[in-house]
Amino acid sequence: MDLMGFFLETGFWMACIRMATPLIFGTLGELVCERAGVLNLGIEGIMAAGCMGGWMWVYLGGSLWGGIAFAGFVGALFGLLHSIFTVYLGLSQHVTGLGITMLGSSLSAYVFRMLLPKATTPPKIIPFQPLDIPFFKDIPFVGEIIFSQTPMTYLAFASIIFVAFVLYKTPLGLALRMVGENPLAVEAQGLNVFLLRTLAVCFGSAMMAVGGAFLTMSAFDAYYIGMVNGRGWICIALVVFSSWKPYKALIGCLLFAGFDAIQMRVQQQAGMAIPYQFYLMLPYIFSIIALIIMSRKAAYPKALLIPFRKGER
Amino acid sequence: MAPFTMTEPILKLSGITKYFGAVAANDNICFSLEKGEVVALLGENGAGKTTLMSILFGHYVADRGEVEVFEKKLPPGSPRAALTAGVGMVHQHFTLAENMSVLDNIMVGTQSLTCLKSKKKTAKKKLSHLMERFGLSVNPNAIVKDLSVGEQQRVEILKVLYRDAKILILDEPTAVLTPQESDSLFATIAQLVKDGLSVIFITHKLREVMAASHRCIVLRQGRVVFESKTCDTTPNALAKAMMGSDIVRPLRQRQIPGKEVLSLEDITLVDGKGKKLLTNLNLTLRTNEILGIAGVSGNGQSQLADLISGLVSNYTGKLKLDSKELTHVSPRRMIKEGVGRIPDDRNGTGIIGDMSVMENIASVTYGGPPLSNKGLLRFSAIATLAKKLVKKFDVRCPSINTPVRNLSGGNMQKLILARELSGSPRIILANQPTWGLDVGATSYVHTQLLAAAKQGAGVLIISEDLDELFQVADRICVIFHGRLSDPKDANQVDRAKLGLIMSGQIASHGRVNGEKNET
Amino acid sequence: MRLEVRESISIVRLICALLMALGVSMAICSVLILWGGASPLEGWKLLIKGALGSRFALSETLTRATPLIFTGLAAAVAFRAKLWNIGAEGQFYIGACVAVLLGTKGVALPAYVMIPYLFGAGALAGGLFLLVPTFLKTHLNVDEVVTTLLLNFVVLLFVNWLVFGPWKDPMSMGWPQSEPVLDSAILPIIMAKTRLHLGFVLAVLSAVFVWWFMEKTTWGFEIRAVGSSIKASTFAGMPVTNTIIRTALLSGGLAAMAGVSELCGVKGYLTTDLSPGFGYTGIVVAMLAALHPLGVVASAIFVAIIYIGADSMSRAINISNYIADVTTAVSLLSVLVALFLTRYRIRRG
Repeated sequence: MDLMGFFLETGFWMACIRMATPLIFGTLGELVCERAGVLNLGIEGIMAAGCMGGWMWVYLGGSLWGGIAFAGFVGALFGLLHSIFTVYLGLSQHVTGLGITMLGSSLSAYVFRMLLPKATTPPKIIPFQPLDIPFFKDIPFVGEIIFSQTPMTYLAFASIIFVAFVLYKTPLGLALRMVGENPLAVEAQGLNVFLLRTLAVCFGSAMMAVGGAFLTMSAFDAYYIGMVNGRGWICIALVVFSSWKPYKALIGCLLFAGFDAIQMRVQQQAGMAIPYQFYLMLPYIFSIIALIIMSRKAAYPKALLIPFRKGER
Repeated sequence: MAPFTMTEPILKLSGITKYFGAVAANDNICFSLEKGEVVALLGENGAGKTTLMSILFGHYVADRGEVEVFEKKLPPGSPRAALTAGVGMVHQHFTLAENMSVLDNIMVGTQSLTCLKSKKKTAKKKLSHLMERFGLSVNPNAIVKDLSVGEQQRVEILKVLYRDAKILILDEPTAVLTPQESDSLFATIAQLVKDGLSVIFITHKLREVMAASHRCIVLRQGRVVFESKTCDTTPNALAKAMMGSDIVRPLRQRQIPGKEVLSLEDITLVDGKGKKLLTNLNLTLRTNEILGIAGVSGNGQSQLADLISGLVSNYTGKLKLDSKELTHVSPRRMIKEGVGRIPDDRNGTGIIGDMSVMENIASVTYGGPPLSNKGLLRFSAIATLAKKLVKKFDVRCPSINTPVRNLSGGNMQKLILARELSGSPRIILANQPTWGLDVGATSYVHTQLLAAAKQGAGVLIISEDLDELFQVADRICVIFHGRLSDPKDANQVDRAKLGLIMSGQIASHGRVNGEKNET
Repeated sequence: MRLEVRESISIVRLICALLMALGVSMAICSVLILWGGASPLEGWKLLIKGALGSRFALSETLTRATPLIFTGLAAAVAFRAKLWNIGAEGQFYIGACVAVLLGTKGVALPAYVMIPYLFGAGALAGGLFLLVPTFLKTHLNVDEVVTTLLLNFVVLLFVNWLVFGPWKDPMSMGWPQSEPVLDSAILPIIMAKTRLHLGFVLAVLSAVFVWWFMEKTTWGFEIRAVGSSIKASTFAGMPVTNTIIRTALLSGGLAAMAGVSELCGVKGYLTTDLSPGFGYTGIVVAMLAALHPLGVVASAIFVAIIYIGADSMSRAINISNYIADVTTAVSLLSVLVALFLTRYRIRRG
């Protein structure tokens, strides 16, 4: 085992960035929701719905980008449902989120089965191909790693910049951040708390769904029931790890994906000395450890989990 | 002070009516405001002042009636519309995001949300201009939670001025201020009026009305019962109008204090970041005595209360009850030793809202006989006790099975009193016991505390309301930055001087003086 | 729109709301059946027939309800204390593993000793397992939702390793499954010629016990108080941390008992598909029952009807049996709204 060797291989770094992509979308989506004060445990199901939705669009003859847009739309719909329940009615964000997850997962499985009742092997689509960015790609090492990914990976990086810009540089972002800190302060300044939160949850959910779509449209080329496989939950851990900051979320996702890539390489090299199941456990255990490290000083958005009710005394 | 005359009313409320359940919080209220006028909206707690202003500002929607600003009808239920029309409100509980900067708090909502750029520079310029013009200085980059209460209020006022409000509503603005800070607030108000703004301030303090308003309107039980130019009326007339006739305030009867029941010796409490929350604090409380602790909130009151309740334990120094040392013990032990606690956060800490009246009454003493036996609850005993206490303490509830969440604030407080005082505690710790209560409930609480002192308990009242302390306390001391001043006899202490100690302008004359250089 | 707290909660309104929720979920799922090209009315008829139409169908439904009662209770107890234990799935497998560990080898105890022994040991292990995230919550401020969820994946992989590796039954002809438990560990059948086993009775007894525990004991009182308000319970002098730990032991134990019951009552050996998500479905069961322990029995049977009925319905009218999962998810959401409407009224303005 030559661990140091990995770090010099471009293949390792490329895998790392590729594996980070769905996590980036998911983590950013959850981050936006939580910044506005709404925990979205629907993420796992919304990712499944995006996964299935994007794939279905392309399978039925749509374009790849159309598939992404459709996945985002489906995610936003689930987000709307979540916000009606948690923002307008103020129901438990925990239970509603789990309900959304169940709904998202089961509905996408149902739709998939209804579309293809007889398929024994999941039908394939032609996914996004790596897109070399001219000039930048020729930068040795770094260029190869970063600039010959699929377009969705570029989109993920762009969306980090976008989310960070909106959150910190625009009036909308200021309002969104404040609505997660003290909704009363926002209401007293004449803004609509419900609308802001709904907007955040819908946008965040759309991002989660796009993250799910990456799995079927870029990482693999087919849809399997249960293919999200806990990635959504990992994103929730990563949001805490990132202290609710977009750029730190990027670091968290890359670290995590890097760790995942290492375990896969080690697994290949070490053969069966340690059963593969233990390698597969590592991402989950790593998430838990990350949570333990960061939770002590976690500065939650102050209004997270607390429903806002107009005129309640 | 005479208001400008000959002007059209810039604000007109007509026929405002608002019910909460069956209770009319506002009943057909009409009044108007003129340019450059300061109107005091006067009334006891629960008279409907805040509800009225919340309707004006759009937090609530009135059942009937309408609001006109500059002769235009204001759409109901929209703070945004009120702000656009030039109405600004400073809430009693500040609506600030504590973890964010002053500038952020002021800027939020002032630009269109579709704007691509926060115009921070322009905002800062405008803000510093405003601060200069009205003599309100705050560091715009400071994080709100690091500011003092007075500064936070300045931020609130700046928020309103930043939006070019023409009408400023201040809800109980002096409730949390020292007398000196209040004076400077009234100077600011005078400045604003000179600049052409109109001000409505809500209060129940007559002194302030006489000093700072042109006109006063008194509300009682949701109705306007009195209206007059301030120069044409007297404090006595106002007091009469506020109180009605049926409520008699309890009067302090001086007891001869007995032996020491509670003593704190050299208590110091440090938070996680090394900041001192309580510093070398000494305090003694005797039987038959009511000791009042004054101070602006956030100076260590809640820590002191938590400490005596047994909720914090990482302090140094000694806590003694009847000369028995009880340093670092649990809340349960403190209860057992005879400490009755009335917390400041009634809804969150004092009661368990989802549980019934009966269960709340049992929630402190359920652990042993007669309410339980070997880990099994005895419902008949609990119900009997609950029925008895509900009757004795006049808790108005449909049944003892009603969830406490559905009770009014006054009844919740009575329930807490029932729970905490029924065991005849030797020490009563009352933290802001009448906060937000109406007159009736306030006088009930005071009566109970006075009665308990008469029967031999030592009572410690922590309050931000100096009037309350002057009304019930035998001795008064001040807490400032976690230090306690020497208690003074309530009959001999001077309000202005207390105010100066409260704002730290003169050092507290106490044993703490020696360590002044330490921090 | 404004929400107003109702002064009182009436039983009639509660029942109406629940019926309304049922109607709404049926309507939504009817659309899905319709999309599959079948008649919804026919579908629902088949569903009821498939779940309750015969002695055997009924027994299958109750067999399916058994683990759901346990996991439903696990969720109900934990959620009452606002301990968000989403890890019942993992605790289920912990219980099953313990049953295999102690029930396959070792001394052949008589059944009346063996069965309580397995349930006791399984419950203890499940409870202790939940203590890990619980300690992280109480002592290190780590959110238990994510930790319990992630631990489910860890446990499932662990079980996967066990049945593919060290515990693989050499007699299983290559199938990944453990050795079967001893005969004395098998739960007796309580309805002849069906699969309905003693576990059902134990589940119902557990529900009664949990109800009694929550309502009548001081510990139960503390759990309810802590769940309503940690701040107020601390202030009232209750042992908050201990209460949360007790809740965790109880909740994890109940979830693990589902695993023991399923293993010793239905399969007899451990596989990775012993639970088709009983842990997660338990959350739905608990919420449908509004966290009431006795209600859990009813809602577990209700959910079991949907699953068993949907199985035969989907075969008959040729739609996917995932309709059952969709139906439970939709009914969870609609019951949440229904329960909300019994507590609040929506007013304009």
